Amino acid sequence: MKTLLAGSRYLAVAAYVLFALFPLYWLLKIAITPEKLIYTQGTALWPSSVTLDNFRSVIFASDFLAYFRNSVTVSLVSAALTTVIAAAAGYAFSRFRFKGKSLVVVLLLITQMFPLLMIIAPIYKIVASLGLLNTLTSLIVVYTAFNIPFATFLMQSFFDGIPRDLDEAAMMDGCTRLQAFRKVILPLTLPGLAATLGFIFTAAWSELLFALMLINSNDSMTFPVGLLTFVSKFSVDWGQMMAAGVLALVPSCLFFVFIQRYLVQGLTAGAVKG
Amino acid sequence: MARIDIDSLYKRFGAETVINDVNLSFEEGDFIVLVGPSGCGKSTLLRMIAGLESISAGEIRMDGKRMNELPPRDRDIAMVFQSYALYPHMDVARNMGFSMEIQGRPEEEKRSKIEQAAEVLGLNRLLQRLPRALSGGQRQRVAMGRAIVRDPSAFLFDEPLSNLDAALRVEMRLEIARLHQQLGTTMVYVTHDQVEALTLADRIVVLDGGVVQQVGTPMELYESPANLFVARFIGSPTMNLMDIKVLAQPLGEQAFLSEASQLGIRPEHLTPVDAGEGHLQGRVEVVERLGADSFIYAQVPGAGRLLCRSKGNTSLKPGVPLGLHLDLPHLHGFDEQGQSLRHA
Ligand SMILES: Nc1ncnc2c1ncn2[C@@H]1O[C@H](COP(=O)(O)OP(=O)(O)O)[C@@H](O)[C@H]1O
Ligand SMILES: [Mg+2]
Repeated sequence: MKTLLAGSRYLAVAAYVLFALFPLYWLLKIAITPEKLIYTQGTALWPSSVTLDNFRSVIFASDFLAYFRNSVTVSLVSAALTTVIAAAAGYAFSRFRFKGKSLVVVLLLITQMFPLLMIIAPIYKIVASLGLLNTLTSLIVVYTAFNIPFATFLMQSFFDGIPRDLDEAAMMDGCTRLQAFRKVILPLTLPGLAATLGFIFTAAWSELLFALMLINSNDSMTFPVGLLTFVSKFSVDWGQMMAAGVLALVPSCLFFVFIQRYLVQGLTAGAVKG
Repeated sequence: MARIDIDSLYKRFGAETVINDVNLSFEEGDFIVLVGPSGCGKSTLLRMIAGLESISAGEIRMDGKRMNELPPRDRDIAMVFQSYALYPHMDVARNMGFSMEIQGRPEEEKRSKIEQAAEVLGLNRLLQRLPRALSGGQRQRVAMGRAIVRDPSAFLFDEPLSNLDAALRVEMRLEIARLHQQLGTTMVYVTHDQVEALTLADRIVVLDGGVVQQVGTPMELYESPANLFVARFIGSPTMNLMDIKVLAQPLGEQAFLSEASQLGIRPEHLTPVDAGEGHLQGRVEVVERLGADSFIYAQVPGAGRLLCRSKGNTSLKPGVPLGLHLDLPHLHGFDEQGQSLRHA
């Protein structure tokens, strides 16, 4: 009975994993299917012959590498900026009482209420008048600004999980508030920082709407916009598009492998009684 | 070592006054225990001394120097938190040496001081462990080690034993007493447990509702509580309290009792005698034999349940009538306001 239960649990998990990963599998499958087989064997689980031609032409014959570089720059810088600002703001929300705190919280929440479509035109105007159209800077500024509220609340919840006694013990031990933050609290928030960093990175990596609006020149296109160049007036180059998609997954995967060990929770266990 | 003076201290959280006109002086090397029920403001007072809580009004001085505006790091005070507050990402040695790390002390000095403290507290073999791999008692020791290493001019403890089990609590209590004898540093210790207060303190400060009720040595508080609150709070089992009207005849020479509305007598000063004799008449309700002592709970009409504590065994059985003799020199009287009449 028990093994049956355990078995069915694994079965359910396996079914879910299969379901979640199937689109990724399909992406990979199309990417390695030779062009002339795409329409004849498009629905087969595995093509009769495989090729790396799509990858070759994406890497060597298209602007893909430039898009890729742009995306990495924008995503990394946005993620880093957002996380630094959100960590500072989140700590303040978690630890200090100050005038206007609730007002700031409400403002931050309000910014999350508007659908992006509503503000895209004003944003375009602002960016244009700053002369930042077609620059990666514009995307970095916009992504950072839009992600700060959520990231701040996320970081605040991580700080809330760390007992104030630790800040105070550090201050009794001779730290300034800033030293207590840097030497005691921040190391304990590494999982939180990693989560925030990862979240913002993936959000920026896959963002299309603003990138489409604010960037027109091929030089500054990010990857999601670049993908659209595989859609021409008369046809869609499925194979190359999918190959590019597979390549686009690589940095996200690497990034998560890198931060994965910080995501492991439980670092604070033992701080307080237990 | 330091002398600490507290003058007309107030702490308000919004409209609530949590510390209300507190005036205290702690002599150099004193072991002071702040005791009172939960929520009476003990921690707040301690945190104000530490510099972790701002001062609404009044002044705190150490060795005559005003402390009000000094941040915690400049006060040369070490604090042991109720939660221990060990740094989870640092091993025991680094936890204990963190203050020296911040000051940028040389490596050898750090090592020797840590080893010294570890020796005193029996932590030598745990120096490389992380806090999460320690038992509650060991964490408690590390927290104390972190304080000792600094050789501060005063130690503050906020209910340091309340997270330990009973046996360990007694052991650590002795350890703290020994530490105080050894170091001779001024210590301010907060607890809600009057047994800890009586056993550890040179002087006890009883706090209720942010107001100091009484300051004195353990025996002073036990023998002459200033008011009903202290009388009830200090001593276990607690003092018997009864309305003055339960006494049939006035108690001759105890003139001070003429204004009393309540009487108090500790269980060891209430002696069971034969029925018909003594000052009060009642009936045995329950007898508890503890070996060295016996507790006799008596129901006395008008006074309710009174407890006698007598040495050794007793032949009394539940249900039998008995008389109760009050040891008059140890009788306490309290007026309408609950102030002790003897104390004044
Ligand atoms: N930061 C705070 N804000 C508002 N009220 C507080 C704060 N800290 C403590 N108090 C109040 O002050 C009173 C005393 O608290 P505390 O000193 O922690 O009591 P104790 O340590 O004696 O149990 C309590 O009523 C508590 O609710
Ligand atoms: Mg407290």
